[in-house]
Amino acid sequence: MSKLSLIARGLVRENPTFVLVLGMCPTLATTTSAMNGLEMGLATMFVLILSNMVISLVSPVVPDKVHIPVYIVIIATFVTVLQLLMQAYVPDVYRTLGLFIPLIVVNCIVLGRAEAFASRNGVLDSALDGIGIGAGFTLSLTVIGLVREILGSGAAFGFKLFPGDGILAFVMAPGAFLVLGYLMAIFRKFIKK
Amino acid sequence: MAAVSNLRNMVLCLFGVCLVCSAILGATYVVTEEPIAQASARALSDALGEVLPQDCTPCTTAEPIVLDGTSYECYTARDAGGNVAAYAVKTVSGGFGGPIELLVGVYPDGRVCGTKVLSHSETPGLGAKCATDEGFINQFKGFEGRFAVRKDGGDIDAITASTITSKAYVKGVEAAVKAVKSLGGQGNE
Amino acid sequence: MEYFLIIVSAIFVNNILLAQFLGICPFLGVSSRLSTATGMSGAVCFVITLATVVTYLLNRYVLMPFGLEFLQTIAFILVIAALVQMVEIVLKKVSPSLYKALGIFLPLITTNCAVLGVAITVVSKEFSFGDAPAHLMGLAESTVYAFATSVGYGLAMILFAGIREHLELNNVPKAFRGLPIALITVSIMAMAFLGFSGIV
Repeated sequence: MSKLSLIARGLVRENPTFVLVLGMCPTLATTTSAMNGLEMGLATMFVLILSNMVISLVSPVVPDKVHIPVYIVIIATFVTVLQLLMQAYVPDVYRTLGLFIPLIVVNCIVLGRAEAFASRNGVLDSALDGIGIGAGFTLSLTVIGLVREILGSGAAFGFKLFPGDGILAFVMAPGAFLVLGYLMAIFRKFIKK
Repeated sequence: MAAVSNLRNMVLCLFGVCLVCSAILGATYVVTEEPIAQASARALSDALGEVLPQDCTPCTTAEPIVLDGTSYECYTARDAGGNVAAYAVKTVSGGFGGPIELLVGVYPDGRVCGTKVLSHSETPGLGAKCATDEGFINQFKGFEGRFAVRKDGGDIDAITASTITSKAYVKGVEAAVKAVKSLGGQGNE
Repeated sequence: MEYFLIIVSAIFVNNILLAQFLGICPFLGVSSRLSTATGMSGAVCFVITLATVVTYLLNRYVLMPFGLEFLQTIAFILVIAALVQMVEIVLKKVSPSLYKALGIFLPLITTNCAVLGVAITVVSKEFSFGDAPAHLMGLAESTVYAFATSVGYGLAMILFAGIREHLELNNVPKAFRGLPIALITVSIMAMAFLGFSGIV
């Protein structure tokens, strides 16, 4: 498989949100605006790339029976590193995303890719897979965030598009499920034949 | 893919991974400790500047005020003559989506000087306005009156469609004022 | 603090699935049949309560005295993973019938973010009940909160599984079949649960 298609695959054919349906919690919870979705996606991508790379390096020497605990420790380490870095340099973003940064540890995308891809492939391929899946996740979150922000607060990336408050339900919990449901159906119908 | 599992290499492997990971974490912690402290100090001094009167210097270490079993962090600000100009009190009250953490500037006589939301998890577009809606926030400046929203017979105009948030906000401000008044009563300062 | 308030708020107002978005993956995964949903709810209930007690003590008596709170995430996930394994082993020996009912769901729970989410929530500074920040909550309150939250999880899950069983019999447009229509159904449930927000 060519290097480019490794990345492209994560965007459409194996899009983590609309096709694999993994990592639903941050997808629903943090997409109240396009910017929040984008930030959450990038944070996940950071952990995904690094953990994929390290796991592909260590997996040949890890005994079979303890591979899950080892992966979890590695992922949790990178998540904590990310937490510390965010607290230090982007404290506002850290506060907005709150609980969902530590919860990247249990995001099934990260452990899923470790098991399904990184443990069987080389460092470079694993890094590219991390970039691809991470980009796909970021893209989906940004799109969901954008739709909810436009409908819910009449703005896009913080810029006011039309006056007024928009349909508030879209910013709240029901809107998250509704938008994801419709986008998933649209994705299936038109993009992924 | 993996090596054969036996007790020795499992233990060794887990031990090794944990050792390396702890080392990485420790190093990151040491590197980021300073910036994290700076970031939170900057956030605090910005907030103090907003809620306190212009012509005074806030002290940057908090003293606790204990009232009815709750401890509040209180920052005392003094004017050029060394007299207490105002207090800034940190309060937490339960809003719609979670706690609302407020920093409230209060004059020694119990009038409100200014308020600022330090953190909240209210609904964007609704309760989240409590951090940005100037009409709502400005009515607390110099406020002395009944601490309740108009619906409950008080003097505060609630944010439209966010009564729970508004009530929590008012409650937080009221707690700060009460804490400061308790100071005056005891004659501590 | 009133236990009643904690319970009502955790089950209905801040329902972990419909308002806090925790534990969605297993929710969508196992809710297609009522019997599996019930089994999963039971297992989650058990693990969340137990994990919260253990992580609370760990945070209070190990991490906090040494100023190691930044290790929360990694320490908690390891404790939860180990705990789930232990529960599985103990259950197998002590009560084979219970193991039979809950056993297959236990390994799935390690990666259920509801467990880690509740554990972190209970010790975090950014969360509160009524007027007190959560990190000041006592062990009893934390346990009650954890239990009530998991009951809320079970409630939403079982209700949803009931609806989903009926949904399968209906003629749904092709693109909406499966998850999309399920998500839209959850959305309507979440709207219904929003109605509870006025009561606390």
